[in-house]
Amino acid sequence: MILLIDLIIVAIVLMNLMMLSSSRIRTCIRIVAVEGILVGLVPIIADINSITFSAIISSFFNITLKGFVFPWLLYRAAQEANIRKEVEPIGGYALSLLLGVILFLIATWLSTRLLYVKPLFSNIVVSVSFATFFTGVLIIVSRTKAITQVLGYIVLENGIYLFGVSLLAEQHLLVELAILLDIFVAVFVMGIAIFHISREFDHIDTHNLSELKDWIKLKQE
Amino acid sequence: MKIIQIILILVLSPFLSGVINRTKAFFCGRKGSPIFQLYYDIYKLLLKGAVYSSTITWVFIAGPIVSLSAIILAAFLIPFGGEVSLISFNGDIILFIYLLGLGRFFTVLAALDTGSSFEGMGASREVQFAVFAEPALFLSVAALVRLTGKISLSEIFDTINNSCWAEYSPVIFLVLGAIFIVFLTENSRIPVDDPNTHLELTMVHEVMVLDHCGVDLAYICYGSAVKFWILGSFIVSIILKTKHIGWGADQLIFILAMTVLAFIVGLAESFLPRLRLLKVPHLLIVALALSILALTLTFRGFK
Repeated sequence: MILLIDLIIVAIVLMNLMMLSSSRIRTCIRIVAVEGILVGLVPIIADINSITFSAIISSFFNITLKGFVFPWLLYRAAQEANIRKEVEPIGGYALSLLLGVILFLIATWLSTRLLYVKPLFSNIVVSVSFATFFTGVLIIVSRTKAITQVLGYIVLENGIYLFGVSLLAEQHLLVELAILLDIFVAVFVMGIAIFHISREFDHIDTHNLSELKDWIKLKQE
Repeated sequence: MKIIQIILILVLSPFLSGVINRTKAFFCGRKGSPIFQLYYDIYKLLLKGAVYSSTITWVFIAGPIVSLSAIILAAFLIPFGGEVSLISFNGDIILFIYLLGLGRFFTVLAALDTGSSFEGMGASREVQFAVFAEPALFLSVAALVRLTGKISLSEIFDTINNSCWAEYSPVIFLVLGAIFIVFLTENSRIPVDDPNTHLELTMVHEVMVLDHCGVDLAYICYGSAVKFWILGSFIVSIILKTKHIGWGADQLIFILAMTVLAFIVGLAESFLPRLRLLKVPHLLIVALALSILALTLTFRGFK
């Protein structure tokens, strides 16, 4: 099963790159859903011979939440806010794709520096989890629509989950479920927030949000 | 035996273009041109003389000759059906890639030499694509070299077939993806360039050869057919696991696999839209990204 797990991990990297280079919101949501399912499959496939109860629980919640619930919530948010395409990100899609590759290289270098980190299965899983983490941050920083930033947030969590699964054999269930609950609430709230932003301002471009100021401050000026 | 292989490559190359055209015709519901059409075309063109503009220099005349000979020399280096290629030495991959580069360089120079603005435009686009396609090919080959520890084409393909597929298939898939995009680009196939278009504003490869005629055009048509074969056999040699049943059977399987590849390209041309010109570098950056990933993964290794 070592081969299958490697294939899945490489597929996760490819999903990151696809995410960085696609402009349609719906495609992005679908990519994040597939990535969530792939990441959720990792603990089951990693040791297929001795599947523990905690691995099944963790995968189940991961796959249902990231693969089905979040995409559904975000689909609805995108539909209600009536957005289809992300505007051109800072630097363009080609540049952000190249940045994604550079981040993967940095992540690989970083994973060679961590001498005491011994992953339980594949050798590349640590670098891939860092790369996923960085990709999430890059999406949050470089995209302007609020909904894509939420997607970046989920990608970031995928990275954390992958890192946790690869290192902690026994105790990761509790931590993982707590984090999942957190992001579930966060995505839920953000979905509502996106709707309200778009209803208030006719768009969800977050650049303009930084111009909002305190009412009292405005009065003083 | 090796001489027969080279003759097979040189004779069979134009046949693949017929396969592609027939596939496209089938999916359009047309009857299509005969499967040996390119042979007739080349024969017809060879009988004709050439007309040269008064503004050209020797570069224009040398262009098709140099690119055809570079491509044929590259064909000597490529292994065929699991056999060792005619010329094989350590590091021949670098010569192989640069021979393709030399061919392109002279096509571009010849296009610029005509002084036509359309050809200049085509040349500029071709070079713009090559800027991304060439590093992608180089890095994928570098990944294969890292994977196998061999530095000659024949040995690389032999080692991949025997041992690498089981352990390193993710890397090989990434490399195949990158090489396939480069293959479509180099042969000016559909997502990148449309071989059938004759609208100057959107042509890339075709516009560069617009001023060539007669024997020169025959050289160019034949050269691109051979180029399709050699880059295609790069892909087929990675995928196809040669069984060494016997010389004849091996060759036959390989030729069949090449035909299937041509059929797949025909399928892609029937169902994919052509990319907008501004989007093409993006596709090539994807190829570059895939090859960089593959190379990095070989350095990291699997457990």
